[in-house]
Amino acid sequence: MGPATREALVEIADISKHFGEGETRVDALRQVSLSVQAGEVVALLGPSGSGKTTLLNVMGCILEPDGGRMRLDGEMVYENRWLRGDLRRLRLDKIGFIFQFHNLLPFLDATDNVALVLQLAGRDRVTARSRALELLEYLEVGNRRDSMPANLSGGEAQRVAIARALANRPRIILADEPTAALDSHRAGIVMDLLRKLAAEQDACIIAVTHDEKIYARFDRIFHLRDGRLEFQEGETT
Amino acid sequence: MNLAYRDVRHNLFRFLLTCLGLSLLMAVVLSMIGIYNGLVIDALTIVRAPGVDVWVVEAGTQGPFAEASRIPGDTRNSVARLHGVADAGSVTYQTAEVVFAGRTHRLYLVGFEPGRPGAPLALAAGRSIGRSHHEIIADLGAGLALGDRIPLGRDAFEVVGLVENQVNSGGDPAVYLPLRDAQTLQFELAPPAARVQIARGATVQSENTVNAVVARLDPNVAPDTVAETIRRWKHLAALTQADQEHLLTSSVVDRARRQIGLFMAILLAVSAVVIALIIYTMTMEKLRQIATLKLIGAPDRTIIGLIVQQALALGGVGWAFGLILVLLIKDYFPRRVVLEPINALALAGIIFVVCIAASSLGVRAALKVDPATALGG
Repeated sequence: MGPATREALVEIADISKHFGEGETRVDALRQVSLSVQAGEVVALLGPSGSGKTTLLNVMGCILEPDGGRMRLDGEMVYENRWLRGDLRRLRLDKIGFIFQFHNLLPFLDATDNVALVLQLAGRDRVTARSRALELLEYLEVGNRRDSMPANLSGGEAQRVAIARALANRPRIILADEPTAALDSHRAGIVMDLLRKLAAEQDACIIAVTHDEKIYARFDRIFHLRDGRLEFQEGETT
Repeated sequence: MNLAYRDVRHNLFRFLLTCLGLSLLMAVVLSMIGIYNGLVIDALTIVRAPGVDVWVVEAGTQGPFAEASRIPGDTRNSVARLHGVADAGSVTYQTAEVVFAGRTHRLYLVGFEPGRPGAPLALAAGRSIGRSHHEIIADLGAGLALGDRIPLGRDAFEVVGLVENQVNSGGDPAVYLPLRDAQTLQFELAPPAARVQIARGATVQSENTVNAVVARLDPNVAPDTVAETIRRWKHLAALTQADQEHLLTSSVVDRARRQIGLFMAILLAVSAVVIALIIYTMTMEKLRQIATLKLIGAPDRTIIGLIVQQALALGGVGWAFGLILVLLIKDYFPRRVVLEPINALALAGIIFVVCIAASSLGVRAALKVDPATALGG
């Protein structure tokens, strides 16, 4: 698939969101529009309170915007009447989340942490575990398949978390500070891995980050300030 | 994948420790229920022991347990001659303290006429009284063995038989002895006291006095009819077996019964609050995990299942451990602890309701959790 024909997986237009009313009103997002294509790895950058996390939450269908339009992997979100269950289903099928502190469930081993997402999507246990093991092998943590999260190193835990995010083959992966808990070497490895995944799975990766060491590894960087998209670095691929 | 089970397995030690604490609480609740039952049953054992239908006592009294009663010993003959009475026997009741083997024993002495109603119906060991004097049948709770000789008044009595669970409403073990010996102990004055009474010219009370006469009726004879006939004599009062049992539970042990009942209710309320707090705290500790589950697309039923199943497991294990504990230690209580299956089942039902109610608080909190909580540090 050439750059010209690449489909837009995330398209948001004029998205706005505010919190509070009157004197306490904060406009977290003001008419933000952006588009991310399949295979792209982009970053959301900005100072604290600029609206990065709010935008990530909106794109993750965790937070409903006050206004604007949003299309995720071809589906117009919040158009007509969207119920909580519809959003949950959308998150399960189309979006993968990678957290700053991996957020693996401490009572499940590495394989089951990944298999859980598949089972929630309706796969049977055998199929789910088989796919989970395949993903762990792919991310080179197959040897830690039976380890509990507490026994994994930071890098291993983050790889398992990435495997979990990829389990249902989502085409949109949202990452919140994915390398913040890792040293620069491991951060580089994780970013390379994310880039490889985006390319191989024809998915897009949108990450909120403050980690300057990895800026160079993004295709585009969106700079936000006071809830507005100030400018972007890089060109659409 | 059962998340509740996996979480419990992961934190097994902590879960078991919580269950242990809860089971101790359940054991206390079950003990109180057992003590309550024991109190009521104990109060009735002495009344039920002779297996009679009618109690004849002093006029104007509700003796011999709720009130003092003294009637002439020959009343038994009059009662025995009544139409419908199969057999009758005189009985006396008194408490006594004896020192035996270096320990003070508080006993409930029951005088009866061997071969007549008033004797215990079943023996746990030994034989019934064969001689007219100085033999006793003791309750196992008295700590006496067959062949032991204990001092009562100025004589020594030999234990020839043992009965089980025969105590008065105060929990004192019963000792059955021949009526004549019991009358001597209760009514005969010590020689110096008797001499003083004679010197004063006082009337010496007849020793042929009893506390009650018990009657066994022919089949198909209504106890109320016989009791009514006796009441018409005016100088005696009569209670049916049902009247006597009602009197004991509603009067003699009523205050103690209500006291324990109220304490039991408070204990149940405290247990409910403790269970609710434990379950709520368990849920609160998992909020971030719950937020993660919601974020990755887990439906509400998965989250509800996680909380409710753990709450029920906690309640169930706590109840089972508590029940086992009480069954193991109940015989070491100074007074009888009686646990009926219905009591344990009722408590299980209450715990089930409490667990569901408590977990609903946790579920409410969990369902309110913003999935965004999982993001960020």
